[in-house]
Amino acid sequence: MHVQVNGESRHVREEINVTGLLRDLQLNVERVAVEINLEILDRGDFDARTLHEGDRIEILSFIGGGGGGIFDCGFLIAD
Amino acid sequence: MSDDRLTIAGREFRSRLWVGTGKYKDFVETKKAIETSGADVVTVAVRRVNITDRNSENLLDYLDPKQYTILPNTAGCYTVEDAVRYSRLARAAGVSDLVKLEVIGDERTLFPDTAGLIEAAKILIKEGFVVLPYTNDDPIVAQKLVDIGCPAVMPLAAPIGSGLGIRNPYNLKIILETVNVPVIVDAGVGTASDAALAMEYGADAVLMNTAIAGAREPIAMAEAMKYAVEAGRLAYKAGRIPRKLYATASSPIEGML
Repeated sequence: MHVQVNGESRHVREEINVTGLLRDLQLNVERVAVEINLEILDRGDFDARTLHEGDRIEILSFIGGGGGGIFDCGFLIAD
Repeated sequence: MSDDRLTIAGREFRSRLWVGTGKYKDFVETKKAIETSGADVVTVAVRRVNITDRNSENLLDYLDPKQYTILPNTAGCYTVEDAVRYSRLARAAGVSDLVKLEVIGDERTLFPDTAGLIEAAKILIKEGFVVLPYTNDDPIVAQKLVDIGCPAVMPLAAPIGSGLGIRNPYNLKIILETVNVPVIVDAGVGTASDAALAMEYGADAVLMNTAIAGAREPIAMAEAMKYAVEAGRLAYKAGRIPRKLYATASSPIEGML
C-alpha cells in the first residue's frame, strides 16, 4: 500500500506499524515526533498504531535553530 | 557566580547566556561554540526529518539532552495554529514541556505578532506547556504574558539576526521593573557589549544565535559572550555609580603642596 511520508509517496507493507516504519527509515524512535493525518502520536502508541492506505505521515525532529525564520543551510535539514 | 542561579518554573539554570544552534558551519562547530559559551540552555527548531539521506547526522548526537536543556522554538510559525502545532510536535519529539513560543508577524522584521502570541500562549499553558514567549519590547504585552501564566518573558533587543543591540533600552528597563518573572533578552544582540549592557540593566539572561554563529570566529565570540554576560551580571549586582554631569575627584586634596 501507499502512504505519504513527509510529503512523498512511499510504498510500505500491509499492517506495518509506526515503529516498523521508523525502523525501516533507520530513525531513532526517541528523537522524532510523528503526526498522522494531523494527529500527533504519543511515543507509547507507535506500536499500536498501524498504517492505512493513504495515511499522511509527518516525521519531525530537532534541528539547529535560533529564532525567526527558516534559513537555507544545507546541513540544517533535520535528521 | 556559581551560586547565582536562574530559576524558571522550578528549573534551575547555571548559565545566564542561552544560545541558539542555527547557522553554524557544521555540528562540530555548533558543539564547540556552545561548549565554549558555557550555556546550558540551547534552542532548537522542529522540522521534517530527511528521509532520503539516511547518512545525515542528528543535532542531538552533538548536544546531549542530558547535559543541556533543549528548548524547542516555534520559529517560522506565522499563525497561532502553526505555533500551537509545532509546540505539540516539539513536546512529542522531546522530553519536556518547555517551549520558546514565537508567532512571527512579518517576514522582513520577524517581529512577533503579539496578539497571536498571547492567544497561542493561553492555549499552550492550558495544555501544561511551560511557555517562554519571544515578545516585543512592549511592557504592556510583557505584563499580559505574565498574567496569563508565562513563567518568564523574552523581549527582543532588536530584530532577530540584526545585530543592532538594544534599540529601546528604556522600554526594556520598564519591563525589568514591572514584571515579576525572569526577563531573558532575546534576539538582536550584535556583540559582547550589547549582551553586557542587557545584563547590567538587570536582565536575568540573554539569548542569542547569530551574534555568535555569524561572527568571523564563532568560537572566540562564544567566549566573549560568556564573559560579557558574566561581567554584566556582576556589574548589575555590584551596582553602578550614578551618572553626574561634572567631575568628582578621586584623589584627595589633603596633603597637596
